[in-house]
Amino acid sequence: MIPELGTVALALALCVALIQGAFPLAGAHKGIAPWMAVARPAAMAQFGFVALAFVILAYAFAVSDFSVAFVANNSNTALPIYYRLTAVWGGHEGSMLLWSFVLALWTLAVAVFSRTLPAEFAARVLGVMGLVSIGFLLFMLLTSNPFERLSPVPAQGTDLNPLLQDIGMIIHPPMLYMGYVGMAVAFGFAIAALLGGRLDPAWARWSRPWVTVAWMFLTAGVALGSWWAYYELGWGGWWFWDPVENASFMPWLVATALIHSLAVTEKRGLFKSWTVLLAITAFSLSLLGTFLVRSGVLTSVHAFATDPARGVYILTFLGVVVGGSLLLYALRGPSTLGGSTFSKVSRETLLLANNVLLMVAMATILLGTLYPLVIDAMGGGKLSVGPPYFNTVFVPIMSVLMLLLGVGNLARWKQDSLGRLWRHLRLALAGAVVIGGGGAIMLASDTFAAKTAMVALGLILAVWVLITSVQSLWTQLSTKRSVAAGLGRLPAGAYGMVLAHVGLAVTVVGITMTTAFNVEERLRMAPGDTKELAGYTFRFEGVDRVRGPNYDAATGTFKVSHDGQQVATLQPEKRNYMSGGKPMTEAGIDAGLTRDLYASLGQPQSGEEGAWSIRLYHKPFVRWIWLGALFMVGGGLVALSDRRYRVTRRRKAEAPAGEAPAPAEGA
Amino acid sequence: MTPRRKKRLSLVALVLLGVGGATALFLTAFQENLILYHSPTEVAAGKAPVDRTFRVGGLVKEGSVARSEEDLKVRFTVTDTKDDVAIVYDGVLPDLFKEGQGIVANGKLNGDGVFVAEKVLAKHDENYMPPEVAESLEKAGGKPPHSMARPEGN
Repeated sequence: MIPELGTVALALALCVALIQGAFPLAGAHKGIAPWMAVARPAAMAQFGFVALAFVILAYAFAVSDFSVAFVANNSNTALPIYYRLTAVWGGHEGSMLLWSFVLALWTLAVAVFSRTLPAEFAARVLGVMGLVSIGFLLFMLLTSNPFERLSPVPAQGTDLNPLLQDIGMIIHPPMLYMGYVGMAVAFGFAIAALLGGRLDPAWARWSRPWVTVAWMFLTAGVALGSWWAYYELGWGGWWFWDPVENASFMPWLVATALIHSLAVTEKRGLFKSWTVLLAITAFSLSLLGTFLVRSGVLTSVHAFATDPARGVYILTFLGVVVGGSLLLYALRGPSTLGGSTFSKVSRETLLLANNVLLMVAMATILLGTLYPLVIDAMGGGKLSVGPPYFNTVFVPIMSVLMLLLGVGNLARWKQDSLGRLWRHLRLALAGAVVIGGGGAIMLASDTFAAKTAMVALGLILAVWVLITSVQSLWTQLSTKRSVAAGLGRLPAGAYGMVLAHVGLAVTVVGITMTTAFNVEERLRMAPGDTKELAGYTFRFEGVDRVRGPNYDAATGTFKVSHDGQQVATLQPEKRNYMSGGKPMTEAGIDAGLTRDLYASLGQPQSGEEGAWSIRLYHKPFVRWIWLGALFMVGGGLVALSDRRYRVTRRRKAEAPAGEAPAPAEGA
Repeated sequence: MTPRRKKRLSLVALVLLGVGGATALFLTAFQENLILYHSPTEVAAGKAPVDRTFRVGGLVKEGSVARSEEDLKVRFTVTDTKDDVAIVYDGVLPDLFKEGQGIVANGKLNGDGVFVAEKVLAKHDENYMPPEVAESLEKAGGKPPHSMARPEGN
C-alpha cells in the first residue's frame, strides 16, 4: 500500500507542477496578480509531494520491500543500512526521483529567496521551473516509475551494483545533481528575462548567486566523480574522458563561462544575449548529460541503464527545451541588444576570450563524445574516440585560457592599454618563467627528461595564474599605506575570485605532476616479493581472506618502505559480494600531499603459491587535482558572502524593482 | 570604418581565430585517434588494418586462456561464433574477464595475424554484453549464450 502512495505523491506533484507551470506564466503575461501568486504555494506543495515520494522510496529500501521492483533490483537484506538508503539513487528510476527531488528543492529555494524580486519576474522563474519539473515527473510516471510492483515478490533482492557500494556513491550523485539541476535555475532566470524582455544588469545580479551555488555543486560533483573513479576502479587513473565524465564536464565548462559572462553583464551591461545563450546551453547540456548516462546509448564504464524508450523521451524533451528556448531567444533576444562599448584591450575582451575558449573546449568534447553515436546511428559502424584526442585538443585550449586569465586578472574594465598591462605583468611573467621553468628543470631527471617541456608549460601557467591572481588583489587596494585596512575593505567577491583561480592553478599543478611523474608497474608478485618504485620499496606480504558485512574479500598486504624506514601499509582488496559474482577491486592507497602510493590486486596467478597480478603506482601530487577543486568551491562560497547581494536585497525591498544601479565596486 | 564596426570586426576575427585554431587541432587529433571496431569475421576476412589501433570484440573461447607462469602475459581467443581472433596481452586483466565472457580489446594486429592488445575491457556487470560484441554475434549468425542476452542493468 505504501509504495502506491509514492506513485500518488508523484502524480499529485505532477498536478501541482502543471499549475505551477501554467498560472504564474499566464498571470505574468496578462498581469493578473492572483495567478502569479500561485507560484510560491505551488512550489512549496510540489516540494512536499516529491519529498514524500522520496521518503517513501527510502522507506521501501530501509525495510527491504522487494515487492517494489526497483528495490528488488537494487538492494539486498545483507546490504548495510546506509547503502540501502543511498541505493535510492543507485539505479535509473531512483536517480530520476533524485533529480526531481533536487529540482523541487531548488524551486523551493527560489520561492523562499525571491521575495525581493519583482513579482512578475519571480512568477516567471518559478513557472519555467514548473515546466521543467513537468517534464521529469511525466518521464518518471510514464517510463520509469520507481514504485512499480514486482510479482511474484522475490525473497531476496538482486543487490546494489558493488561498484556503487562506496562512500563516493553516497555523496557524488547528490552533489552532481545539485549542480546539474541548479542549471535549471539559471535557465529559469534566463527564460524569465527573455519573456519579460528585460535583460539588464539587475537580472544578472539576481541570477549570479544562484549560478555560483550551482557551479560550486557541479565543481564538487565532477571532482568527487574523478576521486571516486581513482580509488574505486583500481586503474590509478583520475580522468578517463569517458562519455559519462564528459557529460558532467561539459555543463561545468559552460557554467564556468556563464559565471564570467554574468560578471560582465552585471558590471557593464554587456554580453546580455550571449549570457542568456550560455544559461540555455548549460541547462541543455545537463539534460544531454542525463540522456547520455541514462539511455545507455554509450559504450561506457558507467552505463547502468539501457532502455531506448526512455532515451526517446529524454531526446524529445531535450528537443522541446532546446528548440523552444532557442526559438524564444530568436524572437525576443535581438530586442534586448545594445549597451555600452568597450575597447579591444579591456577586461571585457579577455572575458569574451575566456568564454570563446571554454565554449570551444566544450564543443570539441561534445564532438568527440557524440561523433561515435552519430556514426553508429547512421550505420557507419562502431568506432570510438581515444583519450589522446581529448588530451591533444584540450591541453592547448586550456593553456591559452590560463595565459589570458593572467592578463585578465590585471586588465581594467572598458579600456586598458597594452603598455600599462605589460608594465604590470612583466614581473609576474618573469616570476612564472623562473619559478615554473626552474622547477621543471630541477624535477626533470634522466628518466623524465622528455617531459621537461610539458612540466615547464604546466608549472609556468600555474605560477602565472597564481602570481597574477594575488597581484590583482594588490592593485585593487584602496590604500597602499595600510595594507591590512585596504585588504579588509575589498569586497568578498574579489577574494572569491582569487581563491577560485588559485584553485585552478593548484589543479593544474596536480595534473601536470601526476601526468609527468606517474610511475606504474604491472607485475606478478608472490608473497615475499619486493618491487622498487620511485624510491619506495613495495613488499608483498600475501593475501588473507577477510569477511565484510555482505562480501568476502581477498585482502593483500603491502609494506612500503623508503630509505629503509617503513612508511605505509597498503591493503587493497578484491571483493566478492554474496549476492552475485561480480568481483570488485578496492585499491589500497596511502594518500599524501605530495604523493600517493597505490596498489591494487588483479587476479590470482597459476604457478607459485599465492602469486597475484598486481598494479603498483607512485602518483606525485595527485591530491592537488581535487584540492584545487576544493579551492574553487571555497572561492564560490566566499564570493557568495559578498555584502553586495545582501545590500541589494534590502535596497530592492525599498525601491521599485530593477531600477537600482549596478554597484560599481568589486571584480 | 566606424570605431564600432572596427571593434566588432576585431571581435569577429578573435572568435574566428579561436574557432579556426581549434578546428585545425581538432581535425588532426580526431583523425589520429579514431578507433574503429572490427568483428572477428572482418579480421579473418582481412578487412582490419595492420599497424593501426582498432578494437576487436567477442566471446572469450572456452579453454583458450593460457597464462604465463612467470609474468603477466596471457593468450586467449575471442570468437563471434564464426571466426576467431588470437589475442596476446601483457597486463592485469579486468575483474570480469573469464571464458565465455564478452570482451572488447584495443590493440594492433602483428605480422602473424595475432592481435596484440594494449587494453582489454570487460564491463562491470557480468550480464552485460558490449554492444559491438552483441552485433558481431548477431551478424555471424550465432546467438549469445542465454545468460548474456539480458540487457544491462535490469
